[in-house]
Amino acid sequence: MAKKIIELKNITKSFDGQVVLDNISLDIYDNEFLTLLGPSGCGKTTLLRLIGGFETPDAGDILFTGERINDLPPHKRNVNTVFQRYALFPHLNVFENVAFPLRERKVPRDEIEARVTEMLSMVALTGFERRAVTSLSGGQQQRVAIARSLVGRPQVLLLDEPLAALDLKLRKDMQQELKKIQKATGVTFVFVTHDQEEALSMSDTIVVISEGRIQQIGTSLDVYNEPKNAFVADFIGESNIVDGVMLADRSVSFSGHTFDCVDGGFGKNEAVDVVVRPEDVDIVPEEKGHLTGVVTSVTFMGVHYEVIVDIGGFKWMIQTTDFVDVDEHIGLFIEPDAIHIMKKSKYSGLYGDYASFSNEFDELSDAESEADE
Amino acid sequence: MRQEKKSRRGSLVTGVTSAPYELWAVIFILVPLAFVAYYAFTDNAFRFTTANVARFFTATSSVTGADGDPVQTRTYLVIAWRSVKLAVIATAVCLLLGYPLAYIISRASAKAQKTMMTLIMIPMWMNFLIRTYAWMTILQDTGILNNFLAALRLGRVHIIGTQTAVIIGMVYDYLPYMILPLYSIMAKMDYRLIEAARDLGCAPAGVLRRVILPLSMPGVVNGITMVLIPSISTFYISQKLGDGMFFLLGDAIEGQYVAGNLHFAAAIAFILMVALLAAMALMRHLTDKYTYGGQ
Repeated sequence: MAKKIIELKNITKSFDGQVVLDNISLDIYDNEFLTLLGPSGCGKTTLLRLIGGFETPDAGDILFTGERINDLPPHKRNVNTVFQRYALFPHLNVFENVAFPLRERKVPRDEIEARVTEMLSMVALTGFERRAVTSLSGGQQQRVAIARSLVGRPQVLLLDEPLAALDLKLRKDMQQELKKIQKATGVTFVFVTHDQEEALSMSDTIVVISEGRIQQIGTSLDVYNEPKNAFVADFIGESNIVDGVMLADRSVSFSGHTFDCVDGGFGKNEAVDVVVRPEDVDIVPEEKGHLTGVVTSVTFMGVHYEVIVDIGGFKWMIQTTDFVDVDEHIGLFIEPDAIHIMKKSKYSGLYGDYASFSNEFDELSDAESEADE
Repeated sequence: MRQEKKSRRGSLVTGVTSAPYELWAVIFILVPLAFVAYYAFTDNAFRFTTANVARFFTATSSVTGADGDPVQTRTYLVIAWRSVKLAVIATAVCLLLGYPLAYIISRASAKAQKTMMTLIMIPMWMNFLIRTYAWMTILQDTGILNNFLAALRLGRVHIIGTQTAVIIGMVYDYLPYMILPLYSIMAKMDYRLIEAARDLGCAPAGVLRRVILPLSMPGVVNGITMVLIPSISTFYISQKLGDGMFFLLGDAIEGQYVAGNLHFAAAIAFILMVALLAAMALMRHLTDKYTYGGQ
């Protein structure tokens, strides 16, 4: 693997006695797109601010290319930040906003001209040089902020939920664009988001954080296919998480049936959390299923139906393109490699039941958590 | 601008509801100003004359020059120059004291901000004559300050009756008018802009020069206007703290008025008003043109 650029060693940080980061250790490598993913209030923004130099850790060390930078002020760090809601200077035009870090370093006039022009063309804002930043749309302001933070050629770019204020369509475009910019410049991106889809589609490495602790570090595929615990399984994608017992390697019992699976290495009869993704369940006639249940709700989502099935009192979510009707009795067929076994954790039993599930409720709580930030 | 246009096209309702304020403005602002102008350009029999205005520019008096010989000076131009000079100094001192103070207050906790702003406002609740008398007792040769210095065996200073005393009085009186507009604009400033500047390589001095200062310019202009105007036309402070040695335009207007020369008093007031309006218009123009946040 490439060389380490930032190392966080046992970082702890509290505000007013409230522990925000609890013994965080993380290596960030050169030229990677790393995402800090977690719900609001999990400490991901604080972690970013520690790297940026806006906070100092209570305990632990931050190393930048091997040197301790705990107390180095932000302006002396070779790290730049794209702030939430951009923080563009309203008294400067687009050109001067981008030129800001270069003027501070007394870069010669014609070099400033050349570098700003290059940056603006990279973010597709050529011709906007003399415009007031306040006259730009959200997406354009976002591009100016990115150009401004990259023009000084930082080794690491920190992005604090930079796409949160954009509408869905624009957000998708900017995700692709950011990924492209990261590849083109070779700058290490540390990206903070609470949007798991965004994290999955952009990142080389995802760091899942909850309650100030790292839950899992891995590639998009790792955290989706092999979640470490119920929190990760629930936060990333949709998951049915049920209690199970490991009978032997590659054999697990849950919901009153014994399944073949592909996991092993657990103790005999060890209690485990079993994850089955909604898209990995096949609906079959009742008599052919491993499990049987009654359909309690069907929601058309565009590409697929989202079906909630009651199996012995536990509500499963299934995503299918086949139509079933409410109150229909159906069978569920689950392939061995669709079953993922996790050790029990403090998050066991908290997630993975769709009993109280409704789309509106999900959106409501999302809006609330965003307002908190 | 937009609001103006709207009200011009305004409905009957807006016309009726804004009528009391318009009436107020006419009775208490326009009519008095018209009277000032009317008196300035008439003589005692209310016949038109420019003599009063001319007198301001031409009246001379004889003072003792540096070499002991009497020198003829233009009385009121000297007074006007002195007023402008003292007002500019007082305004500059207010800006130098008020700017950092307003910044510190704007960055304090919400509770501390409230407390500090109240402390700054409290002196404004006291009558201005009382405040001036208080400064007399402090600054006198046998006053509180000198007794204090003497007790510390630091020797006495003679301040009362000097230009310094007059400036101290003006600064004390008008400092809140500098702090208020500065504070209100700084409190609204987005702290993330300061963080962004730090992030982009600015040391604290650079943040001040390149972000905080330009963004607070409208507050600076407002503060200067609010302090400069009352300082130029102030009276009484100079009489009491300056021992009558620093006769200012405000004193001249008062003196002429008390002496019954209403028309000449009005002429001085009129000239001062025109000069201030011109200065304000110029300042507004410069702000609009060169600073962010001008309309």
